[in-house]
Amino acid sequence: MLVLGSIGFMTPWLLWGLFILPVLWLLLRAVPPAPIIRRFPGIALLLGLTDRESEADKTPWWLLLLRLLAVAALILGFAGPILNPDPPQASEGSGPLLILTDGSWPEARDWTARTERITRALADATTAGRPVALVSLTDTQPGPLVFFAPDTVAATLPGLAPQAWRAGLPDVDRLIAALPPRLDTLWLSDGLAGDPRDRLLAALSSRGSVRVFESGRPVLALGPGGFADGKVNVPVLRAGTAGETQVEVTARGLDPAGAETELARTTVALPNGQDRAEATFDLPPELRNRLTRFEITGEGTAGTVSLTDDALKRRKVAIVSASSTAEGLELLSPDHYLRQALEPSSDLMAGTITDVLQASPDVIILADVAKIPETDALQEWVEEGGLLVRFAGPRLAASDDGRDSPDPLLPVRLRVGGRSIGGAMSWGEPKTLAPFPEGTAFAGLAIPTDVTVRSQVMAEPDPDLADATIAALADGTPLVTEKRLGQGRVVLFHVTANAEWSTLPLSGLFVQMMERLAVFAGGARATRQDLKGTTWTVERVLTGDGRLEDAGDRPGVPGEVLARAHPGPDLRPGLYSDGDRRMAVNALAPDETLRTATWPASVIREAASDSRATDLKGWILLAALLALMLDILGSLWVGGRLGSIRRGGVQAGIVALALMLHPTGTRAADEAALLKAANNVVLAYVETGNPEVDRISRAGMAGLSQVLFARTSVEPGDPLPVDVERDDLAVFTFLYWPVTADQTLPTPQAYARLNRYLRTGGMILFDTRDGDVSGMGSATPEAERLRVLAAPLDIPPLEPVPADHVLTRSFYLIQDFPGRYLGAPVWAEAAPPDAVKAEGMPFRNLNDGVTPVLIGGNDWAAAWAVDDAGRPMFPVGRGEAGERQREMAYRFGVNLIMHVLTGNYKSDQVHVPALLERLGQ
Amino acid sequence: MTAAAPLGLRRGAEALADPLPPLLAEASHLAATVQLGEHGRRRPGMGNEFWQYRPAHAGDSARMIDWRRSARTDGHYVREKEWQAAQSVQIWVDPAQSMGFRGDDSRPTKRDRAATLALALSILLIRGGERVGMADASMPPRTGEVQLNRLATRLALEATEADYGAPEARAFLTGARALFLSDFLGDPTAIEAALTEAADRGVRGALVQVLDPVEESFPFDGRTIFESMSGALRFESRKAGSLRDRYLDRLAERKDHLATLARRTGWQFTTHHTDSPAPAALLWLYHALGQVR
Repeated sequence: MLVLGSIGFMTPWLLWGLFILPVLWLLLRAVPPAPIIRRFPGIALLLGLTDRESEADKTPWWLLLLRLLAVAALILGFAGPILNPDPPQASEGSGPLLILTDGSWPEARDWTARTERITRALADATTAGRPVALVSLTDTQPGPLVFFAPDTVAATLPGLAPQAWRAGLPDVDRLIAALPPRLDTLWLSDGLAGDPRDRLLAALSSRGSVRVFESGRPVLALGPGGFADGKVNVPVLRAGTAGETQVEVTARGLDPAGAETELARTTVALPNGQDRAEATFDLPPELRNRLTRFEITGEGTAGTVSLTDDALKRRKVAIVSASSTAEGLELLSPDHYLRQALEPSSDLMAGTITDVLQASPDVIILADVAKIPETDALQEWVEEGGLLVRFAGPRLAASDDGRDSPDPLLPVRLRVGGRSIGGAMSWGEPKTLAPFPEGTAFAGLAIPTDVTVRSQVMAEPDPDLADATIAALADGTPLVTEKRLGQGRVVLFHVTANAEWSTLPLSGLFVQMMERLAVFAGGARATRQDLKGTTWTVERVLTGDGRLEDAGDRPGVPGEVLARAHPGPDLRPGLYSDGDRRMAVNALAPDETLRTATWPASVIREAASDSRATDLKGWILLAALLALMLDILGSLWVGGRLGSIRRGGVQAGIVALALMLHPTGTRAADEAALLKAANNVVLAYVETGNPEVDRISRAGMAGLSQVLFARTSVEPGDPLPVDVERDDLAVFTFLYWPVTADQTLPTPQAYARLNRYLRTGGMILFDTRDGDVSGMGSATPEAERLRVLAAPLDIPPLEPVPADHVLTRSFYLIQDFPGRYLGAPVWAEAAPPDAVKAEGMPFRNLNDGVTPVLIGGNDWAAAWAVDDAGRPMFPVGRGEAGERQREMAYRFGVNLIMHVLTGNYKSDQVHVPALLERLGQ
Repeated sequence: MTAAAPLGLRRGAEALADPLPPLLAEASHLAATVQLGEHGRRRPGMGNEFWQYRPAHAGDSARMIDWRRSARTDGHYVREKEWQAAQSVQIWVDPAQSMGFRGDDSRPTKRDRAATLALALSILLIRGGERVGMADASMPPRTGEVQLNRLATRLALEATEADYGAPEARAFLTGARALFLSDFLGDPTAIEAALTEAADRGVRGALVQVLDPVEESFPFDGRTIFESMSGALRFESRKAGSLRDRYLDRLAERKDHLATLARRTGWQFTTHHTDSPAPAALLWLYHALGQVR
């Protein structure tokens, strides 16, 4: 192989052919383009004229150049050029070979290059007959290393994947213990320095040669996001400080429909000499609360993904307090301490309950509010997942809320009055708090000794009081009680929110308790103390390449481990939850920095270039072909023959090219088409992506439109294709939806639109087009697909269309609904169970709306379909009977559209005799 | 054309006659676009049409007196008829190879167009009572439908071998009319001689230069070898496009020459293109030939 710069040639001797190019130049120059012979009577007038210029005598230089280029490209192409050819491998050594990969997230970026390198090493080992062990540092096994034949190892290669964390000391120690006394090593390093690495390198170097394979690019990572000055800051880290790098950071989150999308994007420059920069996002609170992750664009490793958790969320907290009449007594106002505690970390609002409910807050705090007028609305809000925190106070104590019967908005029944302890007029000392019981929301919080309670409201000693109590005084009386209501919670502090009844609001414990209740999310990272005693389960884990996937069943993680946030096999990076709160563990520990690994001179290093060996042969030959094509056009032009083919060939070529460039036709999304659809009745069909099915749908709708036009006063416009993802469905009254087995599912947004369409009176006719086989007992692929497709749709209970359904008589009187097939059941919305037969009428009185869906498999569109000349496109049945069946199919179509457009008008006709009778009197 | 068959004579005759009905039909069709009547001499003489009554002179035979008119008055009247004289029109359609050219399949060859025009004019003239014949001595002018068939047969004949044709001027009848249809691309001396001869004999007429649009636009480019229709002439150009201007100059010169010649000899000259409609040319011809009467 010959290597010139970054291009190598497989068969370099062919390049000698380039020397014939000058000869070719002379030859081509000498041969003028062939003349055209034309018969021309006007020749008599030409005789005697001489050519003033004889340019066409020789081939023009640019045509020559084009031809030479084509030939040169051919020669180069067949010489087998390869961009960035693989460097030749020196295969040295014998004895066992250890292929060691760090198996950590920085490797995910160029994992394919790494697996290719491993494959190559395995191939070399096969040639040299060396036994091989393949070890991933993040997945070391106890026990001595076992060496296999390279083929066996190669089979396990696909199972190898980088993990979302980096190996720690225990892994390295386990590996060092397993090493045999003598071996060579190929170490695919992630390029980051660390203490364990040095130990391992020392151990490996003492046993044989070490060859290190590294990525050439510096490792990038994102630190955890944080708040500062109302902006979200995400630190961008890199290993090494050399060079200036532009890093693009995107903030991703949920859009209003719940699908993950990009919310913001910013570019951060890492200047030369810096290993750290901040990406700053200035996001409005609504967007900020929807953030799920930050990532560096185009990196695709777990380290460049920074998951967000509650720490970045600001919850909307509404504080409703009894109107304070005394002005100026701020320290005594019921909500002063609440505001102080919550203001830094949440969005506060105030107002009446009705007002704040409009703003749908996450938390409503009622500070000593009794006699809630909007009980029902508030209860509904709680049941939908709201958190209602109530504080006691003089008003609550004086009211009779929850005295005799349980109040839904109070966790427990309350006793009349309350009690005062340790006051001027009472016995005893102010009470202190009992330790928080295990397994409750406050477990693990340290109780300051100076928190005392002087007054409280008392709970009735009901049987479930103990379960409802999540914090109690030293004497066992409840301090905080809680109950679940629907998806939400109601929490009652039996003391006031100000310092009147207790010193609790003055202490830091108050803030911690609020945080535990998820009233707000702690701005800074929760400390070990905060998380003590809690148990967290991982919901989603981060893979090495930065994707989130379902965690499956994994054991819970104690809060203390979580607080340390050092990811590893025990604490996988991902999203953790304790029920109400969510915490993210990122691949990078919060305080971690990235350092580039340095290697001693004894180690052989090879760097993976980003550019892979690329075979250029195809491209160069393509270029040669293009040059030859151009040469044809140029020769024709020079020879004056382009004009004669211009009419036919070139135009056809241009048309073909235009078709290639614009494969899609017109769409319903066009404004004009939509306007037309809005002005007329238009039968629309859903595009399946299968061109044949779409063509039949279109033809079917056209055929039905023709029949409607001819027979009824419905005069539909041209049928339109509908893309449920993009088009506005509101202008259509009827959608025909053929179901194919390989149809792609609509996105959640599309489903939302479809549901809105169905709710607002639209109708979809689902056609599985399998009426010929669906009766055999087993579900066809189309039916299976329909089941998946229709599952998220808001479809009422269905039943086979009963004989007295209004569909059977909305225009024609028909009894079955054939399409191209006959007899497959057709399903429509079930009649209400209490429907009864009207007196003297052969059908029931079904005055409900139009059925939103009709499901069948009779392939109606094919029966309706007509070609451009108005002839049926497909045969139906046989002979006369078949034509009759087609006629019945059309009649079904007419009935269907009538039903869609007129609703149950025909059903209302049952009342006509009664109305006439009444009019007669 | 049908292939040769055992009964060759009959077939051959039929094949020969094959182009006749279309040519005749086409020409009749074309002729139907022109309305005409007998063209009188605007003076009394031999004819069929009534011209005037005049009082009888001495010397008028009794047979000449129109008794019906005379009976109304005391005098005697003679009924005079308009003098109607048949004209002789001699037609020459260039039979040379160059007339077989057409620049595009959608257009007729120049010969087809020329023959159609000639025959259509013949139909008109013969219907008008004129005598029509070919310009050479082979077919002297005659009248009647039979002459039409003869003309059609003659016009449908194969072309001659020569590239360019020359009209034969020796057979001109004194005082007749003549019509030359050709592309006039060949040597102009022949047509000059013919016109001079015609002028000497008092023959007036019309020259129609039938050209294909390709000959007017010269849309060629690049290295081209031009051949005459018979292949006898060859001309190679290395860059045909550069010849265009000079060719067009020469063509204009030729037309100018013909027009001058025609003017000098009292003839009419026009250029007709095969892509323009034939009726217009026919109308022009009809008026050109009827002008001098």
